[in-house]
Amino acid sequence: MLKDITFGQYYRCNSIIHRLDPRIKILLLIVVFIFIFLAQGFAGLLVMTLFITIIILLTKVPIKLFLKNLKSILPIIIFTTLINLFYSKDGIVLFEIWKLKLTTGGVERAVFLALRIILLIIVGSVLTYTTTPNDLTDAIERLLSPLKFIGLKRFVHVLAMMMTIALRFIPTLIEETEKIMNAQKARGANLEEGNIFERIKALIPILIPLLISSVRHAYELAEAMECRCYNGGEGRVRMKKLRLHISDYLSCVVCLIFSSSVVVFNILI
Amino acid sequence: MDSIIELKNVTFEYDDNDIKNTVISNFNLEIERGSFTVILGHNGSGKSTLAKLFNGLNKPSAGEVFVDGISTLDEDNEIEIKRRVGMVFQNPDNQLIASVVEEDVAFGPENLGLRPDVIRQRVDEALKAVEMYEFRTAAPHHLSGGQKQRVAIAGIIAMKPECIVLDEPTAMLDPKGRAEIVSTLHKLNKENGITVVLITHFMEEAEKADRVIVMNDGKIITDDIPKIVFSNVKKLKSVGLDVPQTTELLYSLKNNGFDIKTDVISIEEAADEIYNALHLEEK
Repeated sequence: MLKDITFGQYYRCNSIIHRLDPRIKILLLIVVFIFIFLAQGFAGLLVMTLFITIIILLTKVPIKLFLKNLKSILPIIIFTTLINLFYSKDGIVLFEIWKLKLTTGGVERAVFLALRIILLIIVGSVLTYTTTPNDLTDAIERLLSPLKFIGLKRFVHVLAMMMTIALRFIPTLIEETEKIMNAQKARGANLEEGNIFERIKALIPILIPLLISSVRHAYELAEAMECRCYNGGEGRVRMKKLRLHISDYLSCVVCLIFSSSVVVFNILI
Repeated sequence: MDSIIELKNVTFEYDDNDIKNTVISNFNLEIERGSFTVILGHNGSGKSTLAKLFNGLNKPSAGEVFVDGISTLDEDNEIEIKRRVGMVFQNPDNQLIASVVEEDVAFGPENLGLRPDVIRQRVDEALKAVEMYEFRTAAPHHLSGGQKQRVAIAGIIAMKPECIVLDEPTAMLDPKGRAEIVSTLHKLNKENGITVVLITHFMEEAEKADRVIVMNDGKIITDDIPKIVFSNVKKLKSVGLDVPQTTELLYSLKNNGFDIKTDVISIEEAADEIYNALHLEEK
């Protein structure tokens, strides 16, 4: 059950998108996010949809993995769609129940917003599926490195280290949670039934052992890090050097072409 | 003796609610460079405390520990000591830092501030030495316990240490994983000349060692080559340790009137010994 969490899990494969510089990927992700929000009409959004579809195909990541991520936020999509269906009063009234009016404008708006959320999630997953968590933290560390000029060098390193360790321990802690849940079930704990309060209460015997074991993990990890000559990142050199290649520049150009066409459509239509 | 680690009159105590607990006192030990030493002892015999004294994770309360001639009390040389004496712990999950095998192995050399191309070369060498090179881009949580532990060992040898101290590295592994680790260690000892100090409570891991030290209650009970240590079955049993199954069998055969040697450990030798003994009986 818990193993289904795929967000933030790298899909091993060797595609053009996988090979792009992680810094470029993060920056382009931000650009794409902005332009998805900037698109005011279907034309603009469809251009982005086309762009994102091309990217997905280039990643060679199975489509079903993206759908799996969408499934996890399906309630949010349904919720926004329903709200927006009845929100707008424009267009022809299709039918009316009590005070709720379903108009063509409403349908249009609901579809538009649902598509926008879907695109945002998918673009986000493209980054996490094609970039190793370490590359990601590396890229964030490097993108934030200008902060060292204002005396935040240590902050940048500590943040990156924390992210690396957190990502590394997510699968370990998930495994452990499952073990603890099974252990508590074997002792007769009922985790699946009861009202919301009872269920929350049933989580306590899972969370406390998990917390204690995390502290133990942290203690042992700190010792292991010390044994590997870690002294807070002083004089640390990274094995992987990030260098921009032609494909990185090219992807920037392609991304900007698609993004700017959103602006063009916004003005034209 | 050219020793890599030397303990001189070492005492280690810790405070537990204002009660002083002495784990080891007036302890003397030398580990020879290039040797393969196994330290045996059941839980609470002080062997983990001893391991952490070897690279300065624990500082002696009295006496001194020297690594390659440098005292572990010397705070300016802490990194130098840790680089010379690497340490591997019981739980592989708590030693791996990165989510990709090769990036984890690179962690140590990266901390040493080496050139990126040198780091790359060392990582590849280390992964090849533990036969995990083909898993270099895998995620640690997809590996078996034995594989994870071998990655942890690679992470240490990428720093090119003189000596590796392993504190019960096989305690959480299945028999297959255990065998993998022990053969990897022997290979590193023979081919790369790395001094190995293996702390364990599995007797069979001590079979091929150069030297076996048995500890109980913070003291050395026996310190000799494996054959001699294991032939003293009574003494080992008195400190709560088992002897290898072969020795156990030969020992009980001898007690039942067979004319048999008990100082062989490997299964093949033991089989020969039993065969000879039975042959004599027939005659």
